[in-house]
Amino acid sequence: MPKNDIIIRIGGEGGEGVISAGDMFTSGAARTGFHVFTFRTYPAEIKGGHAWYQIRVSDKPVLSIGDGVDVLIAFDGEAYERHIGEVHEHGVVIYDPDRVNVGESNGRIRYPVPLQRIAREKLDFQRGKNVLTLGIMAGLFGLDPASLEDLVRGRLKRRAELLSKNLDALHYGYEYTREIRKEDGYYLGTSDNVSRLVMSGNDAIVAGALHAGCRFYAGYPITPASEILETMARELPTLGGIFLQAEDEMASLASCLGASFTGTKAMTATSGPGFSLMTELMGLASMAEIPVVIVDAQRAGPSTGMPTKLEQGDLYQALYGGHGDFPRVIVAPGSVEDCFYEIVHAFNLAERYQMPVILLSDQSLSHRTETLQMPDLSRLTVVDRERPRSGDLESYSRFRVTESGVSPMALPGVDVEGAYVAPGLEHDESGHPDLEPSIHELMTQKRFRKLTTIQSELGPVPRYGSEKPKVGIIGWGATEGAIREAVERALAAGYEVAALHPRVLNPLPEKELGAFIDSVEQVIVPEVNYQGQMAHHLAATFGFRPIPLNKYGGLPFAPGEIFRKIEEVLDHGH
Amino acid sequence: MATDIALERQDVLLEAKDYKSGVKPVWCPGCGDFGVLSATYKALTALQLKPHEVVVVSGIGCSSRIPYFMRTYGIHGVHGRPLPIATGVKMANPSLTVFAMGGDGDLMSIGAGHMPHAAARNVDITVIMMDNQTYGLTKAQTSPTSATGHISKSTPFGAIARPFKPVVLALAYGATFVARGYSARANELSELIVQGVQHHGFSFIHVQSPCTEFHNTYDYYDKVAEEMPPEHDTSDLAAALHLALTEERVHLGVFYRDESKEPFEQRSREFVPDASEFSLEEYLRRFA
Repeated sequence: MPKNDIIIRIGGEGGEGVISAGDMFTSGAARTGFHVFTFRTYPAEIKGGHAWYQIRVSDKPVLSIGDGVDVLIAFDGEAYERHIGEVHEHGVVIYDPDRVNVGESNGRIRYPVPLQRIAREKLDFQRGKNVLTLGIMAGLFGLDPASLEDLVRGRLKRRAELLSKNLDALHYGYEYTREIRKEDGYYLGTSDNVSRLVMSGNDAIVAGALHAGCRFYAGYPITPASEILETMARELPTLGGIFLQAEDEMASLASCLGASFTGTKAMTATSGPGFSLMTELMGLASMAEIPVVIVDAQRAGPSTGMPTKLEQGDLYQALYGGHGDFPRVIVAPGSVEDCFYEIVHAFNLAERYQMPVILLSDQSLSHRTETLQMPDLSRLTVVDRERPRSGDLESYSRFRVTESGVSPMALPGVDVEGAYVAPGLEHDESGHPDLEPSIHELMTQKRFRKLTTIQSELGPVPRYGSEKPKVGIIGWGATEGAIREAVERALAAGYEVAALHPRVLNPLPEKELGAFIDSVEQVIVPEVNYQGQMAHHLAATFGFRPIPLNKYGGLPFAPGEIFRKIEEVLDHGH
Repeated sequence: MATDIALERQDVLLEAKDYKSGVKPVWCPGCGDFGVLSATYKALTALQLKPHEVVVVSGIGCSSRIPYFMRTYGIHGVHGRPLPIATGVKMANPSLTVFAMGGDGDLMSIGAGHMPHAAARNVDITVIMMDNQTYGLTKAQTSPTSATGHISKSTPFGAIARPFKPVVLALAYGATFVARGYSARANELSELIVQGVQHHGFSFIHVQSPCTEFHNTYDYYDKVAEEMPPEHDTSDLAAALHLALTEERVHLGVFYRDESKEPFEQRSREFVPDASEFSLEEYLRRFA
């Protein structure tokens, strides 16, 4: 039986078609009913350097990058050297024999294809190597060439002069595979033929934000969040919204707060270094109770670190960053699809509770693409902030102490009797500075009470896996898919394990997490950082010792890495 | 002129008291900022702006307490950030009249990096910089506008750096309205504020506003302040720069005015004249 869950990795010099070949294969597969999960890394430099793109494709949903590599397409020697070690024993290597010196096959099936030479000599189209590769992939692994042809036509709608050359390259590649004696067992076969969307996390964040009513965006370019800024720059003006490229991240958040003060839903997106600069203003948003959404697409390392790699290293900063005691909300999506739902959720929380909401994404979510269904519109309510009713304005107090902690917010230009100062200073209910100890206690309690209210209104956190688990896994953010697949594998191997993946990390859904922790003997917390930031957060909240599982080289978890930890803990107790 | 416009707009005339919050200013007796506050009340009255359509954004420091004393909307934000906050307010709702007020610390030191951008964009906000050449709230350290040799707690041997020239900087950054006032001449200052608000674009008003407690410069400015030379042409940027660079006296009045540049918030709304509603389904189709 052919294996139809295939992990394909393409590697080569940046700029020679690695990314575009991968992108087109992904779209073609998604249009013809397959599920796709891609992962890419590229050098931080603009030209040159090694780039690779990984596609996992299957007729069933795929949740993670998977383990190892089934098919390696090596454009050059470096790609071969770097990745050959990860190719499975009976895996496939497609390589350019003019540029790659292969050694022992070690059981792998090899198809030499002189990609560069064909592009140059047969097609007279050196830049067509990407489409040539696409044709070869389609021929070898069973993707419909007609749908790829549509795709190429669509992409070159405005460049007719390139179309015929590209189609020739595609056909040449596809036909070329007829000359290859296929010895491997990888073939996609049939699918459900449902056309799916292919989106990256950054795409999904923009779509969700616009749906949630975001009409003001200010930001400063930074990897890996820049695509959010660029898309907002293009889209917001068409919706009557405002886009501002700010001079720095302080100005970004500052102008978002100014816009939100007038009643416009506002957001900024950044990565760790920019987020560091925003922390002082985050305190103002919390103190003056101004709704705002901050997306932090985490990247690896402190300082400049590794801008194009991932790390879940900003949880501490999101939880504790900034001076003084102030509440903030943190949400962390687990997949591309989740980015869409959670950014809507983030806006709803910011509006309803009038405070900063941080969405923690990361480089893998930002740039990877996944196939997803059209979102379920019935799951999407959009919430607006509470505004004073006419009666409230007779003796209006902007920061009236309430049971929920939320006070109606007046808007300039709208509420004639609502004028108030949004204060950075501690203040009384009207907003006037008041530094009395009793007032600081009262107002601190009021602001923090919003977290308690949120906690009581959080939806359920579904657990999955064994009914009576011995070991539990608590994950957060983009590790979700790898954990899910590891748990499936562990259940199939007879291990009693269950997992929980909260989306809201502050305030934590304490009741459900507490019950889950109590129901198991040990809890593994996998996360892509050195310190075990979530493990500490859980330990501090629940007073227990989780087993940390940390990976911190800049790449995401493979399910096997988590599966092995489950085995270890269940077989050896640690 | 301003009053004429106002009369057309509304029947009941607003008075200065309509702009007062009733909160007693926390400033020391004789502080220049009292003069700025009263000039602002006067300007708002002359312009007959509705208090709920005015937003006063400030930074941190003595002068930045000013929003609390006004019955308008306000934001008392973060040290150095009045300009980007005000930019957000104005861009999101251009029908509001937006002031950014702060001291020499906010606008020339911790937030100095925002000045060139706000000016170059030409956002239609009125910046009033209350310059006392000292840090008052932290009790007498040197500021970027302090004179060379200025003795203070942070420069006990005298300041080494040369003082910033706020008017020169504003002109160089591309501000389309640049003026200077003196808090002790509140009537003239209120006239400048009126003109600054009426100007469509980024207005920068540098105000000498002495600190009686730590750096009392009233006698000095009373002596050196003088009206703009009558021959000064406010449409001539080179002349304005030359004057601001070479003046030995402290000139009060309008240095420069350029009404030909369209404000940022207006321009950025013109790219796509027919805005549409967001349709999620339509938007997502491009990812199919």
